[in-house]
Amino acid sequence: MSAPTRSTVRDSLGLGLAVGLYGAAFGAAADAAGLNAWQAISMSALMFTGASQFALVGVLGAGGGALAAVGSAFLLGTRNTVYGVRLVPLLQPKGVARRLGLSQWVIDETTAMALAAPDRRLGRLAFLVTGASIYLMWNAMTAVGVLGAAALGGTARAALDAVVPAAFLALLWPRLRSSFPEAATQRKVALGGAVVALVLTPFVPPGVQVIAAVVAVVLAGPPRAGERSTAAEEMA
Amino acid sequence: MNTTLWAAVLAGSLGCYLLKLAGLSVPAAWVEQPWVARIVDFVPAALLGALVAVQAATSGRELVVDGRLVSLAVAALALALRAPFIVVLVLAGAAGALVHVLA
Repeated sequence: MSAPTRSTVRDSLGLGLAVGLYGAAFGAAADAAGLNAWQAISMSALMFTGASQFALVGVLGAGGGALAAVGSAFLLGTRNTVYGVRLVPLLQPKGVARRLGLSQWVIDETTAMALAAPDRRLGRLAFLVTGASIYLMWNAMTAVGVLGAAALGGTARAALDAVVPAAFLALLWPRLRSSFPEAATQRKVALGGAVVALVLTPFVPPGVQVIAAVVAVVLAGPPRAGERSTAAEEMA
Repeated sequence: MNTTLWAAVLAGSLGCYLLKLAGLSVPAAWVEQPWVARIVDFVPAALLGALVAVQAATSGRELVVDGRLVSLAVAALALALRAPFIVVLVLAGAAGALVHVLA
């Protein structure tokens, strides 16, 4: 193995194993939302996109209906469509079977690692190694999380209830940092989503306020592409 | 209830898979429209913001103030200090457990 190949494999494996550990947090959140172990494990194997999985069980855990829960998962899942478009030139999936297979691993981490690689061959390698290591670790740790959480008592349950909003905040946080593109607008959008959801909570079935908040904020309209320069000036 | 959960799990999984497959299958021009790009840029912030609020401060149709808000503040502080994800979760969980024991 050449040095660049070795370093790509090492970085991809490291990221995959580290990220996959959070499967335990998902398993615990799924248990807190009332899913059984098989449902949690099926989600990690079949859905395999962390933010959507957390959103689905988060809405169910808040007492929301299945439609609102699935809708939230889809909204977050649209990211992966854009990632796929960016990965096509790099992966060049030939044939239906390969396309069907590669699709499942198109997520935040595999896209980031593949696009960061110095050339096309290493990009493919990074995608495959990151995908395989996250997939295996995420699924194994989901089982650990959901089975572990089922055995917990009252105080541990309170801890678990407290972990779920913290997990969402941690997923949101990188978008609020000033290094993120249009961070000022991202902050307004996130705050808007939170306020609209809280205001609607007493009036709509649980879970619906989450979808309604997203629709309201998107309709209210973040600045269009042409106004980006103004947002950039605000930040400067 | 269990059937509904399975339906949500399976329908959600199928839809999320199809969203991924679409990316590798549709012409790039369909997805690279400016309005699609704007939605993809901003929907996650709105959705995650709403989920943080709902998970931390509601129960059913009621607004509730309890240990979860204390945990959220602890998590925010840890994130501001650039703590790793797992440390943030452990601190938030510990704060939640502490409030439960004290209250």
